[in-house]
Order: sequence, then C-alpha cells, then structure tokens
Amino acid sequence: MANQIQYIYNEAHLRNSEATKYGEKDLKTGEMIINIGPQHPSTHGVLRLEVVTDGEMVVDVVPHIGYLHRCFEKHTESLAYNQIIPYVDRMDYLAAMNSEHAYAMGVERMLGIEKEIPKRVEYIRVLVAELNRLASHFVAIGTYGMDIGAMTSFFWMMRDREHILRLLEWVCGARMLYNYIWVGGLYYDLPVGFEERCREFINYLEPKVREMDKLLIENKIFVERTANVGVLPLDVAINYGITGPMLRGSGLKFDLRKVDGYSVYPEIDFDVPVGKGEMGTKGDCWDRTYVRMQECYQSIRIISQSLDQLQGEHKRTRDFDPKAMVPKKIRPKAQDLYVRAENPKGELGYYFRADGRSDQPFRCKVRAPSFVNLSVISEIARGGLIADLIAIIGSIDLVLGEVDR
Amino acid sequence: MSIEEIKEMINNHLPEMVREVIQNTTPATLMVDPSRIVELCAFLRSDKSLYFDSLSCLTALDNGPESGTMEVVYTLYSIPYDYKLNIRCEIDRNLPQIPSVASVWRTADWHEREAFDLFGINFLNHPDLRRILLPTDWEGHPLLKDYSQQEKYHGITVKY
Repeated sequence: MANQIQYIYNEAHLRNSEATKYGEKDLKTGEMIINIGPQHPSTHGVLRLEVVTDGEMVVDVVPHIGYLHRCFEKHTESLAYNQIIPYVDRMDYLAAMNSEHAYAMGVERMLGIEKEIPKRVEYIRVLVAELNRLASHFVAIGTYGMDIGAMTSFFWMMRDREHILRLLEWVCGARMLYNYIWVGGLYYDLPVGFEERCREFINYLEPKVREMDKLLIENKIFVERTANVGVLPLDVAINYGITGPMLRGSGLKFDLRKVDGYSVYPEIDFDVPVGKGEMGTKGDCWDRTYVRMQECYQSIRIISQSLDQLQGEHKRTRDFDPKAMVPKKIRPKAQDLYVRAENPKGELGYYFRADGRSDQPFRCKVRAPSFVNLSVISEIARGGLIADLIAIIGSIDLVLGEVDR
Repeated sequence: MSIEEIKEMINNHLPEMVREVIQNTTPATLMVDPSRIVELCAFLRSDKSLYFDSLSCLTALDNGPESGTMEVVYTLYSIPYDYKLNIRCEIDRNLPQIPSVASVWRTADWHEREAFDLFGINFLNHPDLRRILLPTDWEGHPLLKDYSQQEKYHGITVKY
C-alpha cells in the first residue's frame, strides 16, 4: 500500500458530477450562479451554497452538503453500543457532551436501567452538558458577530469558551471530543475541587455574558443588520421540522428539557426564552441570536443549581463509583426506540433498532438538528440580498459535522 | 390517546389502512399500507384531535437480501397534544419505492433525499430527488446490508 500511488492524473477525472442543480439554460436574462463555499469562512465549515442571483438579489439557494460525510450510520452497524460513543462526539463537535448524553440515555432506556442511574451521575451529566451548551452558544454568537462585521464579539466569546474547554479538559482529559458520559454512568467522577472552581467560573461568567449582551445584541449596528432579516414564520418552522433556538426564536415555547423532562431537568428551575420580535419581526435573525443569548443565562442558572446539588445532597463520597452501573454487556431486547434530547442546535434524535441477538445496533439513525435546520435556508433566504444570506447562515448555527454525519 | 384509539380513528377514516399494531417499540408503531401513505399522513397532520404537525424523523431500514424487504419509519410528534407515533411501511427490496410525503411536511424533502441516497429508495412524486450526501456518480447505496464499495472513484482508490 505504501508504494502505491494514490492518484493518477487523467483528464476524464475532472468531469464533475453535476456540480450545480441549475444549468445555464435554467437561468433567465440577468441571472447568474454564484458558489459560496465550501471553503468560505462565513459558511461555518464545508458547506457550499449554490446561489442564483439577479444582481444583488437572491433568486434561489441550493445547499450542497456531504463534504464531511463519514457514514456514521454504517459505522454503528459494526460497533458495540459502548464503542459508538466516540463517533457520536464527532457529529456535533461543538457540543459533544450533549450528544453523548442523548445517546447514553437512549441505550439506557433500551436496557431499562434509566431510572437506576445514581442522582449524582445525572447531575454531573447535566452540569457538563450545560457547560458545553454555553461553549456552543458562545461559538454561535461569537462567529455570528464576526460574520456580519463585529470582531470583538468573536474574541471575547472565544476567551470565555476557552475557560469552559479547560474545565472540561480537567474533567475528562479532552478539550472537545470527550467520551466522558458512558452508558450507565461516567468515565470518572469530577476531579477534586472542580465544584468550587466551576462556581468561581460562573460567577466570573455572568457579568461577561451581560457585557456581551450590551456590546452585541443591543448594538444598533447589529440590530440594523439582523432585525427583519431572514424572517421564519412559526408555521413554516414547524412544517420544516425546525427545533431548538430557531423554533423558539419564531415564538414557540418548546424546549425538550421541559416537554420531555428527561434526566434531572424537572428538578431544576429555569425558563425557556422565546423570540418576541422586539427589534423587528418575530422570527428574524435578531430573535434567534437573542434567544441564544438568553439561554446562556438559563444555562448558568442550571449549572449553579446542579453545583448546589453536587455540593449538598449528592456530594462526593469516598465510595461513590460512577462506573458502578455500567453494564458489562450491552445487549438490549429486540425493540425499536426513538430517543430525543435538546441539543444547543435543536432536537437531537436517535432511532435505534436492536435485534436482541447482538451487541451492535441493527440500525442507528441520527436525526441531526443542524441537518433539518439547514433545509429551511432556501425558503427564508429567497428574495433577500446576498449580504443577508450570510447573516441567515450564521443565525442558523450550523455544525457541518452533524449535517453530513 | 392510546395507540388502539388512534388505530380506530385511522381505520374509520381510511378503511383497512392499519395492518398491525407493533408493541415492542417506543413510541408505539402502526404498520400501514405503503400505497396510501400520503392520504394517511395528510389525515394525521390535519385531524383536529391529533395534529401530528411535525415529522421528527424519517428512518429507512434494510432487512437484508434474505428477507427481501425494506422499511420506512415515520416518527411523528404532535406539538399541541404531546403525542408520539411511529408509522411503519414495509416495501419490496427489489423495487423499493413509496410515495413521497414532502407535500405534507416539507421537512420530509431532505429526509427522503437522504434515504434515497443511502438506501436507493425511490420516493414517488418527490419535488427534487437528488443525492444529498454522496456525489451524484457514486455507485451503490452504502447502508444496504449487501453493499460493497466501488474500487475507484474518479481515479482515487476508495479503500484505504
């Protein structure tokens, strides 16, 4: 293999496989196709948008995805349930803890051990998942600011995200792809002193988020740039299966942490912020970003309450073993199960089918929130300006690892 | 509302639509006739006591060449009533086709394109049935149980 040449030049290889949906004959006079991406920074990864333009106006947008496709679902069919977790991390790499949490929850539900997981484990899961949600929203807000011309927001948000990544690195040794939440438990307990440091951190963080709120969300230039842009009406959002901050930005109070009440979320007090169209129309880009910003405060509240529990009722004991409930052999009974959880991007769902005879899933389909949220882009960008298209992509908050899987 | 009640409602509206209730799934599953799936979905979405207004997930499954069947599973969710439901259709593996529900839920558009791409299921009357994750000239459909990789793609060795 080492001596083999990987690629031999042949002109026929340059024939492209239908690079665009629209051809020259489909265009009217004055229309032009522009490809944005896959290497363009404002597409947040390897997304290519085929844009049919008429001067400055967007006539149609066709997203082309799949540049990062690894066929996760094929991998799962040849791996045991516990070995899939690292692959799950690599889907939404900005919020790996949340994806792991949903996955572990699904497999535990299939095994019927969901109710037996120790409370301390559940609180740690919620704690790390919310820290990760903050990190993910920070990237979303920071890069969104940068997309439309505000550099400071990016630096400030990245600075605070770095603190979160270091905390999580302390917990499990990795900065982004953790493999920390296991089926039936956790890899380790929290390191000694983590609770105190984490509380110190969120006390530092809250004023910083408030500062960001003032600097970016209430900024007149930002408002002018995002209000009334990319308006997504609620009925369209539901029909397109939009979830997460995008759906809440359109005004529906729908959060799976409240609706399904999984893990220990029912015991925690937090609000669900929704877009109200304060600066323009309900469901515009500003509303979506506003909802993300407000969710940061709610995440801080959840973290603070989890820390109360972890230092109070469910505090560290000498004999606590987070791996006590981890099953030696994971072989669920023959069944189908759809499990879903609220990720920073929206509803993350797994459709499992277990055949009851093997340790590997017969099928594990992922309903990725970014994939579904991206599908609405041509609907809301059509008829707008090219510059607004960039603002719309940023407000969707994509992670291409999850879109392409 | 229990699964039996939903089954009764559907069968009153569309006779002999539901073939079977499958119990070992979460949420519960109704096995239905694939040829009338669009009528069924339109009914489930707009009926006043159900309002299954969101299609959470669309899963395709390949049961392998021995069984000769494929399945399409629609996971529905009703936001107003908080109902969950799975609708399962079994289709022939040698001629995998099923009517598209993209006219009922627009989100089905991309889900069906993905199923077409990875399983080769032909969704009839789909507005824009192109491959979505793989390039157009990729050979075969990777999630089929009997899939084997092509050797070369545009001169690049596929197997690493």
